[in-house]
Amino acid sequence: MFPTPVQQTSRPTRIAYQIALPVALVLWLLPLIGVALTSIRPAADITAGNYWGWPSSFNLIENYSAVFTNSPLAAYILNSFKVTIPTVIGAIALSSLTGFALAIYKFRSNLLIFFLFVAGNFIPFQILMVPVRDLSIQMGVYNSVWALIFFHIAFQTGFCTLFMRNFIRTLPFELIEAARIEDVSEFKIFWHIVLPLMRPALAALAVLVFTFVWNDYFWATVLTQGAHAQPVTAGLHALNGEWIAAWHLVSAGSIVAALPPVLMFFLMQKHFIAGLTLGAVKS
Amino acid sequence: MPSLVRVWKENKLRIAPWLFLSPGIVVFSLYILLPIFQSIGISLFDWDGLGEKKFIALANYSELLQDEAFFTSLKNNVTWLVLYLLAIPAGLFVALFLNQTTRGIRIYKSLFFFPLVISQVVVGLIFSWFYDPSFGLLNTILAGLGLPTIAVLADERFVTYGVIVAGLWPQIAYCMILYLTGLNAVNPEQIEAARLDNAHGWRMLWFVILPQLKPATFIAIVVTVIGALRSFDLISVMTGGGPWGASRVLAYYMYEQAFSEYGFRMGYGAAIAVVLFAIMLIYISAFLFKMYRDEKGR
Repeated sequence: MFPTPVQQTSRPTRIAYQIALPVALVLWLLPLIGVALTSIRPAADITAGNYWGWPSSFNLIENYSAVFTNSPLAAYILNSFKVTIPTVIGAIALSSLTGFALAIYKFRSNLLIFFLFVAGNFIPFQILMVPVRDLSIQMGVYNSVWALIFFHIAFQTGFCTLFMRNFIRTLPFELIEAARIEDVSEFKIFWHIVLPLMRPALAALAVLVFTFVWNDYFWATVLTQGAHAQPVTAGLHALNGEWIAAWHLVSAGSIVAALPPVLMFFLMQKHFIAGLTLGAVKS
Repeated sequence: MPSLVRVWKENKLRIAPWLFLSPGIVVFSLYILLPIFQSIGISLFDWDGLGEKKFIALANYSELLQDEAFFTSLKNNVTWLVLYLLAIPAGLFVALFLNQTTRGIRIYKSLFFFPLVISQVVVGLIFSWFYDPSFGLLNTILAGLGLPTIAVLADERFVTYGVIVAGLWPQIAYCMILYLTGLNAVNPEQIEAARLDNAHGWRMLWFVILPQLKPATFIAIVVTVIGALRSFDLISVMTGGGPWGASRVLAYYMYEQAFSEYGFRMGYGAAIAVVLFAIMLIYISAFLFKMYRDEKGR
């Protein structure tokens, strides 16, 4: 292991490490800690300039319920779920099919199609912006959650295809050959043999796509306007404009908006990291 | 046997992949591939998004060459790119710090990873507040040290750096996780052998560890470069491109030209997007080239 495990070092080093860990963590998360602290302060503390001292009272419930009752935050969050959940399902469904096709079959344009999906991940959103907005208007979905769902499914399919294809390639190919000899249909091979083995990949992609789409801000501003369709990222930006200097509310709103992906991350950490670090280790 | 069934039986392995691919290809072409070409097309027109399109050939591009705001954005993109790359050594450093097996280390790792999970909108709000000239933590600290305070986001000289620091926070977390995963897979026998040869510290890191971390470094470079060139959310949330356009980057300037109160110049916006796309295409090609070599290698 590198660096040398602290257990094998001298006692002072060990103690220094044990002290350095929490200190480094607090410094690293300091901006976040500040926001969390502010979100439970009373408005009086904000006007008095008490940002970093002890709160004069703890207004956890007051602030968080104010955020929900005095603003459309709940509607924004509901929209985020309405966009995110169908996108996760759609992108995973499409990409398990494309990933299967690209991993299992040999045909001439295989690598070309695979590379198109991969390249799609890296393009700047701005080159898609005007045509995708026009397309959404023509389809009659502009300014609704569907505009976002359709676009996100298409875009995430690129990333998910990369992931699925590489994952399926690690499965034993003999399984498929054996099934073909038994004259099992190609779709049944996909459905009954490969899909059940893909569970870890499906889980990893579900958390990743959820987080990516939940945190999207650009498309939310391009394709939707107003609280009836906008997800929470765009909503938070709008509320920030309304709540000038009401930092206790901005902070509480930010924390609420950040919560779903954070919970998702802590519940499914292993899958999340497996997805993000795809390719970081030579297999 | 009816002929259609026979055709299917005989060509099953040739037709099946296209059936599996078709839904994905249709959606992906409609929303991703086609729009790229449409944007390139639109960049040759003068168009407000609603009225008549007027073909003006390369006039949008020649206007770009006269446009000071375009060059400010381009320069800021370069600054983003260069400074963003600092996330890679910083992430490696944090990963080395955390690559231990003491009690509770897993919780430390996940908490260090935290900023990456949060939306950039929230990161932007957090940092706007951190930089606030009257009560933000930064100025509280500066004042405590007896230094003059700085309105980071309102000062043309500092604003881009201020936003980049906010962007580095999650980006370092990303590189850290890549390196932590990489360090996990480093061959322990090689480390022991190197230790016997008296390699320690920096020499060990440079000659033994880093070569084994190459795949992680490669992915870290890719995601960091793409992240830097895509920067939009933080600028929109923290500065709106200001003050006086000093913190614009191409992605943001494009949006401003095509969509905001500054007017609906779709053609001009598309031309900016094409320039950004051309820059990114360099990195995309490099990435695909490496993937191609790896694919052929196995």
